Amino acid sequence: MAPQTITRTRNGLGASALRPDGIPKVQGRFAFSSDAWADNMLWGATLRSPHPHARIVAVDVSAALAINGVSAVITADDVPGKLTYGLIASDQPVFARDVVRFAGEPVAAVAADHPETARRALAAIKVDYEVLAPLVDAETAVDGSFAPIHPAGNVIRRQRVIRGDQNFVGDVVVEGTYEIGMQDQAFLGLEAALALPDDDGSGVELFVATQWLHEDQKQIAACLNLPLERVRLTLGGVGGAFGGREDISLQVHCCLLALVTKRPIKMQYGREESFYGHIHRHPAKIFMRHHADRDGTLRRVEARVVLDGGAYASTSSAVLINAVTHMQGPYKCEIATVDGYAVRSNNPPCGAMRGFGVVQACFAHESQMDKLAAACGLSPVDIRLKNAMQTGDRLITGQVIESVAPVARCIRETAALPMPEPLPDEPDPLLIPGGSGLTARRSNIRRGVGWGVSLKNLMYSEGFDDYATARCRLVDGVATLQFATAEVGQGFVVLAQQIARSVLGVDMVLLEPISTAIGSAGSTSASRQTWMSGGAVDGACRRVRERLFGHVAAAHGLDPLRLTVDGTDVVDTTGSLRVPVADAARGVVFDETFAHHHRPTEELDENGQGNCHVAFAFVAHRAVVDVDPDLGLVKVVQVATAQDVGRVLNPLAALGQVEGGIAQGLGLAVMEEIVLRDGKMRNPSFTDYLLPTALDAPSVAVTMIEEPEPQAPLGAKGIGEPPCISVTPAIVAAIRAATGKELPRVPVRPHDIVFG
Amino acid sequence: MSNEFYALTVNGIRHEVRDAWAGESLLYVLRERLGLPGTKGACEQGECGSCTVLMDGEAVCSCLVMAATATNADIVTVEGLSLDGEPTDVQQTFVEEGAVQCGFCTPGLIVAAHHLLDRNPHPNELEIKEAISGNICRCTGYGRIFAAVVEVRDQRLDQRHDAGGR
Repeated sequence: MAPQTITRTRNGLGASALRPDGIPKVQGRFAFSSDAWADNMLWGATLRSPHPHARIVAVDVSAALAINGVSAVITADDVPGKLTYGLIASDQPVFARDVVRFAGEPVAAVAADHPETARRALAAIKVDYEVLAPLVDAETAVDGSFAPIHPAGNVIRRQRVIRGDQNFVGDVVVEGTYEIGMQDQAFLGLEAALALPDDDGSGVELFVATQWLHEDQKQIAACLNLPLERVRLTLGGVGGAFGGREDISLQVHCCLLALVTKRPIKMQYGREESFYGHIHRHPAKIFMRHHADRDGTLRRVEARVVLDGGAYASTSSAVLINAVTHMQGPYKCEIATVDGYAVRSNNPPCGAMRGFGVVQACFAHESQMDKLAAACGLSPVDIRLKNAMQTGDRLITGQVIESVAPVARCIRETAALPMPEPLPDEPDPLLIPGGSGLTARRSNIRRGVGWGVSLKNLMYSEGFDDYATARCRLVDGVATLQFATAEVGQGFVVLAQQIARSVLGVDMVLLEPISTAIGSAGSTSASRQTWMSGGAVDGACRRVRERLFGHVAAAHGLDPLRLTVDGTDVVDTTGSLRVPVADAARGVVFDETFAHHHRPTEELDENGQGNCHVAFAFVAHRAVVDVDPDLGLVKVVQVATAQDVGRVLNPLAALGQVEGGIAQGLGLAVMEEIVLRDGKMRNPSFTDYLLPTALDAPSVAVTMIEEPEPQAPLGAKGIGEPPCISVTPAIVAAIRAATGKELPRVPVRPHDIVFG
Repeated sequence: MSNEFYALTVNGIRHEVRDAWAGESLLYVLRERLGLPGTKGACEQGECGSCTVLMDGEAVCSCLVMAATATNADIVTVEGLSLDGEPTDVQQTFVEEGAVQCGFCTPGLIVAAHHLLDRNPHPNELEIKEAISGNICRCTGYGRIFAAVVEVRDQRLDQRHDAGGR
C-alpha cells in the first residue's frame, strides 16, 4: 500500500502563509484606529506649547468654552488621578501645569462637534507663558552647568561598562567622534483612538493603536484614578509603530474627555502633531577609541556615549543600556572602558525606535572597524572575520553569548551575494544620484562599497519579566486563539495561525479581538513577539493537543504518548488508529491558556557587569552606492545581507521585515533627520522630513542563515530590528569609499560630502 | 456651516453632502461623511499618497482637493475598484506577494497601481518605480510592492496573449 500523502495546503510553520488581514487591507475594509466611529461622538484635540521651556503663568479657557459646539476644555486641574505617566519613570505630565519642557508639550485638550470647531477652540485658549532659556546641548546636562529642568534632574541615567586591564594600550589605536541625528519612526497611520465612556461613568473603553495594551491600561487607569478593570482596551488597527507607539500619546486625554463629556471621543493627530506627540530615536554623540594588535586583533574598546533623551525619560535608561552594552559590536573583545549618559533636555522626548540604542552604537563601532582595518592593512571584510564573535564568547558586560552566533557565516554569505551591475554608460536619469532632476553627470559618478555588521539583543533586559500570554480553544477541528499581542503590521496574526495549524493539525484558525480581556503579551518591540507570543501560542496549543491526545487515548484504550498529529489527523505511531482532528473528540471543548517567560536576566552592577540580556541575533550588510562628490548626491544601488534568523517561519513575512528595515536604515544614513533649532522642530512634515520612496530604495539581496536557536520556543530569533542596524554604517562606509571623506555623522547630507 | 448641499459621484453613486463646512477636503468628506474610510490620510500635504483616489480617471491626493469643488467629477476610491466584492487582480496579488504589512499605505498604492496599469499595460521597471514613488510605505521597503505590480503586469500580458492566440 502506498504511503499516505498529505495533499491539503497546510500553511503551517515554514510556509509563506498569507496574512488573514491582507484582503481587508487591500480592499480598504480593515478598520484602523483612525476609522473608528461612534454615534454622537465628539472630536478631541490637544493644545501644545509653542515654547521648548517656559513657565505657565496663567491659562484662560473661557473664550474656548464659549464657542458653539465646544463641550469641554480640560487642563492639568482636571486630571483625577496621577498627574504624570511614563514607561519606566513616571515623569511626564498628562498636561503641563506650571512649566513646559518641550515645544509641543500638551497644555490642554478640547472636545467639540467638528475638527474645525476644535481647532478654533484651541486657538481661543489663552496661555500666558514666561519664556525660559532652553537646555538644548546635551553636554550641559552632563556637566551640570544647566540648572535642573525637572525635579528628577538633568541626568536620566549614567552607566559605565568597565572590564579588564584599564591601562592597556594597543599596538594600533584608532579613534573618532560620531554623531547620530534624531530619526522619526514616521509610521503612516497617525495616532488615533476612540474612547467610549461607560453609561454610569465608572469606566471607559478605548480603541487605540498601540504596541502594548496592558502597559497603556496601567498608565491610563492610574491617571484616571480608576481600577484597572474599569479601563478596557481593544487594539484598533495599527498603521505601523517602529517603537513610536510604546509611550502614551493621546490615550489619557481621549479617555478623560470621554469621562468628562459622557460622550464618545475620537482623537486623531495630523502629521505635524504626530511629530510632537510621540518620542523619537535618540540623537547621540559617541567618542570611541579602539586598541588592537598589529594583526588587527581587537583588544580594547573605549567609548563615551551621550544620548539626548529630551524633556522626559520615556525608555531612555533602557536605550542607554543597550548602547553601552553593545559598544564592542559582534566582535571578541576582552577589555572595555565605556561611560554612557542619557540626559534630559528641552528637546523633544526620545525613546524607542527600531534598533533601540544599538543603531547609535553600531554606527560608531562599525566606523571604527573600518578605521582599524585601514590602520592594520586589512580589508573591511577581513578585519571583521578576524574578530567575529562566536557562541561562548563574552560581551564586555561579562555575559557569555549562549545564543547561536554565526557572525563569520553572516559576513561570508553576504560577501558571496552577487554584486550589482556597473552603472551603464548612458543610464536612465532615474538611476543616477539625484534622480530625474538630471543633476548628476555620468562622468562625475563614483561607486563605493561598504560594510556593516551588528548584534542585537532580543527581548527586554535587566531583570524584567516581559512574559506573554495566549489562549487556545479547540472544538471539532476549529482552533480559536486569543492574545493581547499588538499586531502593528509585522504579521503576528498569520504566525499565530501557522503555529496552531502545525501543532494541532487544523486548517481553520480563528482569532479573537486583540484586547485586555486576556493577560498581557508584553510589547510589540525588541524583536520579541515571535519568540515570546509565539512561545505562548505554541504552549497553549500544545496543552490543548495534550488534552486531545488524552481524550483519544482514553476512548481507544491507547497510551497517549503513542499519539501524534500527522497532517490533519491524530495518528497512533505504533498502531493503526488514524482519525481526523475534527472528528477525534466531537463536541468536546479543549481550552487552555499559557504564559511564556524567557529565562531571567540580571541588572548590571556599577561597572556594567552582569547577565543583563536574554539572547542575541546577528546580521551583516554590504552596501553599494553611486555618489556625485561635487554635488553631494547619493544613490544607494544595492544592499546585500545575510541575517541570523534561527529559523524562517514565514519566508514572505521574513523578507518583508528585512527589506523594510533596510529602507529605514537607508533613511537614517542619507535622508532622515528631525532638524532642531533652539529646541524647536524645523521640519515636522512629510514635505520637509524626507522618507525613502520606491525610487530611493535599493535592490536587496538576502540570505537567511538558519541555525535554529535552542533557547527559542520555535527555534526562531526575532528578525525585526537587525535589518535596520548595520545597514546605516554600511551605506556611510560605501560613501566614504567613493569619496575619501570622513563623514562621522548621520544622516550624511550633501554638504557633508561636498565640504566635509 | 450652511443648509445648502452639494453632490459628489463616488464609485458610481451620487451622494448629497449636507450641512458641511465648505473647507472640508475630499478626504474628510469621503471618510467622515460618506462612510468610505478606505481612503487614508497620513500627511495632509500630498506627499505620501495614502489618500490617492481617481478623479475622472486621474490619480489625485484627496487631501488636497476641496470636496465642494469635486461636484462634477467621477470619483473612484479603493472601495469602488471592485463592485462585486471580489478582490481585483492588483488587490489579490498585493496580498500574495507580501506587499501588505501594516496596510495603511495600501489603499493608496492599490489605486496608484490600477491607475498605472490601466493607462500603461506594459510599464518597464523604472516606470513602475516612478509610478509608485508618490506613495510612501514605511514597512516594506517597496520590494514586495514592486514585485506585486510586476506580477500583475505579467499576468495581464499573459491573459492578453492567451486571448489573442485563440
